[in-house]
Amino acid sequence: MSEILLDVQDLNVSFPSQRGTTKAVRNASFTLGRERLGIVGESGSGKSTMGRAILGLTPSPGIVTAKKITFNGENLLGRSEADWQLLRGRRMTMVMQDPKYSLNPVMKIGHQIGETCRLNLGVTGQEAQRRSLAMLDAVKIRDPDRVYNLYPHELSGGMGQRAMIAMMLVAEPDLLIADEPTSALDVTVQNEVLRILDALVRDRGMGLIFISHNLTVVSSFCDRILVMYGGKILEECKAKELHHAKHPYTQALIAAAPSLYERRAELATVVRNPEWLK
Amino acid sequence: MVDDQIGRTNAASHALKRAGSFISSLALTFLGLTAITFLISRMTKIDPVLAIVGDKASKEVYDKTYAMLGLDKPLIVQYGGYLRKLLSGDMGTSVLTSQPVLTDLIHVFPATFELATVAIVMGVLIGVPGGVIAAARKGHWQDQVIRVVCLFGYSIPVFWLGLVGLFVLYGKLGWVSGTGRLDIGYDDIVTTRSGILLIDAALEGQWDIFRNAFSHLILPASILAYFSLAYIARMTRSFMIDQLSQEYIIAARIKGRSYWGAVWKHAFPNIMVPLITVIGLSYASLLEGAVLTETVFAWPGLGQYITRALFNSDMNAVLGGTVLIGMVFIGINLFCDFLYKIFDPRLRSA
Repeated sequence: MSEILLDVQDLNVSFPSQRGTTKAVRNASFTLGRERLGIVGESGSGKSTMGRAILGLTPSPGIVTAKKITFNGENLLGRSEADWQLLRGRRMTMVMQDPKYSLNPVMKIGHQIGETCRLNLGVTGQEAQRRSLAMLDAVKIRDPDRVYNLYPHELSGGMGQRAMIAMMLVAEPDLLIADEPTSALDVTVQNEVLRILDALVRDRGMGLIFISHNLTVVSSFCDRILVMYGGKILEECKAKELHHAKHPYTQALIAAAPSLYERRAELATVVRNPEWLK
Repeated sequence: MVDDQIGRTNAASHALKRAGSFISSLALTFLGLTAITFLISRMTKIDPVLAIVGDKASKEVYDKTYAMLGLDKPLIVQYGGYLRKLLSGDMGTSVLTSQPVLTDLIHVFPATFELATVAIVMGVLIGVPGGVIAAARKGHWQDQVIRVVCLFGYSIPVFWLGLVGLFVLYGKLGWVSGTGRLDIGYDDIVTTRSGILLIDAALEGQWDIFRNAFSHLILPASILAYFSLAYIARMTRSFMIDQLSQEYIIAARIKGRSYWGAVWKHAFPNIMVPLITVIGLSYASLLEGAVLTETVFAWPGLGQYITRALFNSDMNAVLGGTVLIGMVFIGINLFCDFLYKIFDPRLRSA
């Protein structure tokens, strides 16, 4: 990882409200090369908020501050909306959790993939269609011509997520943030979708941020892992060394995962300590 | 070859079945509509005989008229007779105008239709974009302005706005014409074809009449448009706020769509079904004839006709007008059902 794709220093995301400010992400710092970085943590630990902040899509009234966020050496802080549009879709993208909600229900699949081409690659008509069909083929959809003309509600969850991946990767971006891309799918389909994602990321040499709460998937799929708690990055380690993690929170997360081979009368609960946030 | 034929026969029988269920549901709705309106008209305390003979008539004349109207027969027979006549286009004779009710309705409905259609077109053209902008700029000044304008729209009484409008725009400024559909000097010059003055005048190339009709129409139409746009904009706003919080909007922006691109190209097509319902209902309620507006502007439309009939116990006219309104509602609902399927692929049957 000689080349640094994404460099984040002291990222803070907070949401002011009448009852005080909620800090969703606290002083998060990390770098990403053309590698796979996993981010794990419980619900509400700030994983997804961090992902959206990197894409400049923090919902209002959220406030993003950082010492530094650069992408390919370009500053991402204080960009105008027009500048963001040059990056999003074309150079950085995101695969979201549930295709049922993240695909537009009244647009044909082919049209939604073609839209990414039209917006980012400056191609239209036949060429956009050709690329969309090629991309559907690349995500291992058996009958691209048929699926091209289907609407999202006519697809299964696994097919929908593959269409989603096709839609987000057709413009060949450098950075992909996958926000729990398999959490909404049946277990049998999860592996298939992961394999497709894996192959695409490898072939195209993309940087990947893989957000998940599934420790097994993350440790087998990623190179490095960040563990988040309460908006803070508690520990960073190599994926293969996750089981030797030092932080008590990471150890607790690992211990809380039930095992198929070991009967336990009571499952372990995750220990949390607000002291860690200081 | 044989398979192909079977396939075609199946498709044909399927289409036939759908047409059959469509027609039977239509017939059932029509039956229910006429049964209820008929029953209500018979249950009111209004004596249809008195309305015809007057209260100074002798007992003999009264009884004769009573039997002539068929009121001595059982209710179900009366209804059967009414339905048979209705289906042949006979709605009875209006006591008030001494003309067949159907002729009266053909005369008054186009006036209401013209007013309602111009009003709903204006209401949609302003209300829908207004609601979309208010939703997309929720909490900003654009939203505040649009919401205040809408709040006035459904708080101000229509007759007051009509009177003030007439006083200022007609009386003081003279920008528009006064009450009625035309200046008296233009009456009965244009041959009635559709009954819609703007169209009839345009067909004959009578552009001065067209202009005059328009200057009469514009104020009541604008006032009705204001009320429907207030409703349409408010509903559009809430539908859009709902859609703008959906995940696919974020997905569209990740793909590189601008915010307004996501608003119009992604969120807006998704509100079409509820929006069509709202517009259809507004249009239907305008077609009922806006009684207050028609009264203030002396507009000879359906609302005025039915109201006058009611005040004069002219039950045939009331019944005929109610059935017409019911059929307008059924027609608009059918049209909306048809539009839903165009705009939402999830509602198309396989």
